[in-house]
Amino acid sequence: MTESFISKSIKRNEDPRLLTGKSTFIDDINLPGMLHVAIKRSDYAHGRILSLDTSEAKKLPGVVAVYTAEDLGDYWHPGPLQVPPPTAIKGSVFYARPLECIAKDKVRYSGEPVAVVVAESRYIAEDALDYIYLDVEMLDYVGDLEKALEPGSALVHEDLESNLAADVVQEAGSWDKAVAEADHVIKKRLVVNRVAGAAIENRGIVAQWDDNMKILNCWATTQGPIPMRNSIAKYLGLLENQIRMMNPAIGGGFGPKIMSSQIDDVIVPWIAIKLGQPIKWFEDRRENFLGTTSERDQVHYSEIAVKNDGTVLGVKDVFYHNTGAYNPYGMTVPLNTQTHTVSNYNIPNFFTEIKMVFTNQMVVTPVRGAGRPQGVFVMERLMDAAAKRLGISPVEIRRKNVLQPEAFPFHTGIIGQDFVEGILDSGNYPAALEKTLEAIEYDKFKNEIQPKLRADGKHSGIGVILFTEGTAVGPYEGAKVMVGVSGKVNVVCAYSNQGQGHYTTFAQVAASQLGVKVTDVNVVIGDSGQWQWGVGAFASRGMTLVGTAIHQASVKVREKALNLASKLLNAPVEELELNDGVVRIADIPEQFISLGDLAMKANPTRGTVEEGMEPGLEAASYYGPPHGATGFGCLGMILDVDAETAMPKIARLVITDDCGTPVNPMIVDGQIHGGLQMGIGEAFFENLVYDEYGQMVTASFMDYLFPQASDMPDKFEVKHMVTPSPLNPLGIKGVGEAGAIGVPACYMQALEDALYEHDLDIRESSINPSKLFHYVKNAKSA
Amino acid sequence: MADKVNVKITVNGKLYEREVEPRLLLSDFIRHDLGLTGTHVGCEHGLCGACTVLMNGESVRSCILFTVMADGAEIRTVESLGTMDNMHPLQEAFQEKHALQCGFCTPGILMTAVEFLDGNPNPTAEEAREAIDGNFCRCTGYENIVEAVQLAAKKMAAH
Amino acid sequence: MKPAPFDYFAPTSVEEAVDRLAELGYSGKVLAGGQSLIPAMNFRMARPAALVDLNKIEELAYIRPTDDGGLAIGTMTRDSVVEDSDLVKQRFPIVAEVMPNIAHKQIRNRGTFGGAIAHADPAAQIPALTLLLDAKLKIISKKGERWVDAPDFFMGPFMTVLEPEDLLAEVLLPGLQPGTGSSYKQVSRQKGGYAQAAAITKVVMDGIKVKDVRVVLFSVGETAILTQEPARVLTGQVPTSEAIEAVAAYVAMNECDPGSDIHGTTEYRRNLVHVLVRRSLNEAIERAKK
Repeated sequence: MTESFISKSIKRNEDPRLLTGKSTFIDDINLPGMLHVAIKRSDYAHGRILSLDTSEAKKLPGVVAVYTAEDLGDYWHPGPLQVPPPTAIKGSVFYARPLECIAKDKVRYSGEPVAVVVAESRYIAEDALDYIYLDVEMLDYVGDLEKALEPGSALVHEDLESNLAADVVQEAGSWDKAVAEADHVIKKRLVVNRVAGAAIENRGIVAQWDDNMKILNCWATTQGPIPMRNSIAKYLGLLENQIRMMNPAIGGGFGPKIMSSQIDDVIVPWIAIKLGQPIKWFEDRRENFLGTTSERDQVHYSEIAVKNDGTVLGVKDVFYHNTGAYNPYGMTVPLNTQTHTVSNYNIPNFFTEIKMVFTNQMVVTPVRGAGRPQGVFVMERLMDAAAKRLGISPVEIRRKNVLQPEAFPFHTGIIGQDFVEGILDSGNYPAALEKTLEAIEYDKFKNEIQPKLRADGKHSGIGVILFTEGTAVGPYEGAKVMVGVSGKVNVVCAYSNQGQGHYTTFAQVAASQLGVKVTDVNVVIGDSGQWQWGVGAFASRGMTLVGTAIHQASVKVREKALNLASKLLNAPVEELELNDGVVRIADIPEQFISLGDLAMKANPTRGTVEEGMEPGLEAASYYGPPHGATGFGCLGMILDVDAETAMPKIARLVITDDCGTPVNPMIVDGQIHGGLQMGIGEAFFENLVYDEYGQMVTASFMDYLFPQASDMPDKFEVKHMVTPSPLNPLGIKGVGEAGAIGVPACYMQALEDALYEHDLDIRESSINPSKLFHYVKNAKSA
Repeated sequence: MADKVNVKITVNGKLYEREVEPRLLLSDFIRHDLGLTGTHVGCEHGLCGACTVLMNGESVRSCILFTVMADGAEIRTVESLGTMDNMHPLQEAFQEKHALQCGFCTPGILMTAVEFLDGNPNPTAEEAREAIDGNFCRCTGYENIVEAVQLAAKKMAAH
Repeated sequence: MKPAPFDYFAPTSVEEAVDRLAELGYSGKVLAGGQSLIPAMNFRMARPAALVDLNKIEELAYIRPTDDGGLAIGTMTRDSVVEDSDLVKQRFPIVAEVMPNIAHKQIRNRGTFGGAIAHADPAAQIPALTLLLDAKLKIISKKGERWVDAPDFFMGPFMTVLEPEDLLAEVLLPGLQPGTGSSYKQVSRQKGGYAQAAAITKVVMDGIKVKDVRVVLFSVGETAILTQEPARVLTGQVPTSEAIEAVAAYVAMNECDPGSDIHGTTEYRRNLVHVLVRRSLNEAIERAKK
């Protein structure tokens, strides 16, 4: 047996270079003659451009060029849409308004690019921004999701009749039937706040035109190197392979780095060719807040229909989804909300409607969680409301309605971000609930600990919620695996790595087939010069899709190696063993050949070969699932609240997660930790806020509260279950977003329990002490 | 344009004498003038801590110091710790505890930890957590970093 | 986020510094630790034409004991030095208690005691300490030297009596009465972040009665606030919990003026003042009794 490295917590291959400062991040790239870009951004949220004067800026010593939309001539055009809308949903409407890389006639959000300065240094480029004068005719700011759709609202896109960007209705079963049969119908208006991806590294791109070879070398922090490359090719009229797109080390992604066809990748390569000099743009933190996409921001009108015995008959959810000034990312986020609203429970009747709204705010695209937290928040808040109405415990109503293990594969009847019906592939949701309850000692807390605390005047509450994580959606990913003449293995793919550990986990998959050490597998991620087929890092899909492709390719390479060794060693394949980088005859271990020698022999340089022969110990493979694999879990939290100051502190946080086969359990835990941190941030600290004029008031870390070490509980108590996905050979599901999904819902349940005497009804996904204080005050006066 | 200023700054034991603009941030000097790109920049307003280096043995945020303010100082960056083949015990501990994911914030955290462990060779988890409180990390949730700092203390004591 | 250009001067003596400041007038600005100024410059919200950097003036960094049991602290003394100073811990334990709440270690390693006073951020701890401790502030200019009492120093948010040619040189903290108890209470969204409200208290007891009491608030008005009601009501009295509660309620309603922002409403922050003044008074009294 070849040693398997699957499900082993192996130290990461990439760590030594990261820990010693030897990894090359985008801003570490310095090329001879390189010029620097700074972007002039609109200070106005909404206005018609009257004039844009760059003449003074051009005169500044050290400034090489300044470009506006006008200077781009025919090169300027909006788009393309990065994600098309689904066509499978009958009756849906979608008004495509892709990004304008640089504003031409109108500015539609504060922070929108209006001009680009190229200078000898970033310092000088920023100096020049002060000498660019933008004059606009101010238009009314559109910021309120509901008012934006009222007649008479100013229009973000004046060629449209309203600010409605899309309207999608999906219904499984019949909500009317649920209402007719229900004993109670409970309605809630729920608000979900807006958060930033806030990777510690901002975005960036470097472009260098090689005029001899007619090749554009590009380095970018993109999560989707191939789509970005293709977008650039289309803009510039080049062949794809004239652009070598490379991912340097990337300092976190969390969603927003997926975007392409923006100011940076449209303009920087164009300038590099025009000026014949390498160009760098590295976003600063202020720009990241103003001009990089972010997410959440929905308003839900939700209803739940229940029977007296706690049986949920149906859910209705009509929600407004802010897409910002444009909708380049299609329907991904709100479709995820739709598919994640009912996914843990058996809800026979479900009506859901998206009203996507244009506003004068930054564009909304996925941030870790990507629509899922909203759906889970709505569902879990409805469950809590129903439990309260019926006088049963939050746990009891969940036990009663949770999907049972025999229900899988479960057809939801709701089409998701991959444009096919959501099918929950496998799982055991009740077990996750029970495991969490046991770990957090729910009954003991409710029956023994909490009553004592309450008797002492202390406020401590518990919350338990369920979540699913739709992961690993198509369309596809691919990879190529090659054994080198040194015996080391090279794996190449066009995915993108922002810290997920792929340099190790992908190596584990290949090493498990090829009998080499994990450290002897070199993984190349995101270099279109080496491999050019793939889609990108989103939707927790890397390990499942690329991992499966690598597995399949490795199996092929293994077969090739064994077949060749069989000939050379003159022994049948069944009698061969592949381990420690050599193929041996199992019973005659002194007869062997190394993988490196096999690789050499697999590439004959003289003589003839058999018909159909493919040289080298190399194979490529692609994997595209019929639908996504769905991870799931349960979250439990105990929250202590200082009732006088309204300051909460998380006393315990337990998560049970099932992501199928964990390729590297250590890394799985790391993903969950990071997700939980973002969830805690979202529930209590982080908030992107625009004022009444459309100015972002949280455009720095002074106002946007980034969760710190002291904001976390002492321990993330992570429990695991493993229900392998039947969809792929390794049984993998994604895990990248798991931790982030359930925290707001759990937090609010725990808060309400802590401040039980006020019978609070928390209707928003993000709270702060001041808001909590006012909830209590309003409850007292009610 | 303001006159350039002559500075003498020792970085990782090597003395550099350079003419710099007064406004040049120390982070840019280290990264771009000296090419020591292990120190990273995340916010340029002194909140995220990615740019943390040691100045005369004390942790500082190099993005909110002008290079001229470091004239005559000794700076230490992540490049002064171990090498890929021979990592510092602190770096080993970070790898063993999976205390980094994207690794972008890590050099700043390592330098913060160097100063901290210098003054507190046997920290509790609570102390270690407080020590890294001024360094943002988006990936890890911090728990493994806390454990790594404690593990590093044990490793360093054994050295 | 790169700062705009500026002229730079790095005097090595106070004399040289005040000469330079006099020459520069309104175009000059003092650079102390720079931990507030440089971020503002990186955002280009501050654009001084010239900076006079005090970091090379060694004579401005010291902590010296004074004969009355107090301390003289040089303006360029780093926050972390104050925080770790045994002299400070012995003579002003409240200062040592407050200091770790200022931002994070990396900031305190560079930020200076005097710089924070001259910056006069209404949400900053050190200006509030000067009000609590009756600090006297030594100001030097080319014209000479003068002393200003802390309450007369602060004019408004980020505004002080300092003229462009002035240099804040020393902070003199008179010795505390024996038996002083003190307490610091703050609520901030995050550790090291700005307080939403904070109260610092010092108390001297005479048996079971209050001999002397002072409560300073910050982050809830245009400057740090030296409250009047606690001393007016509690001096010479037994500090019953009812009396403390009434004082705290009064201070919250009448002696502060907190603003409203995305992190907290005026009403919430008045509530915090109420709670924190009470807690701070109670703790200070307990400590004074020991």
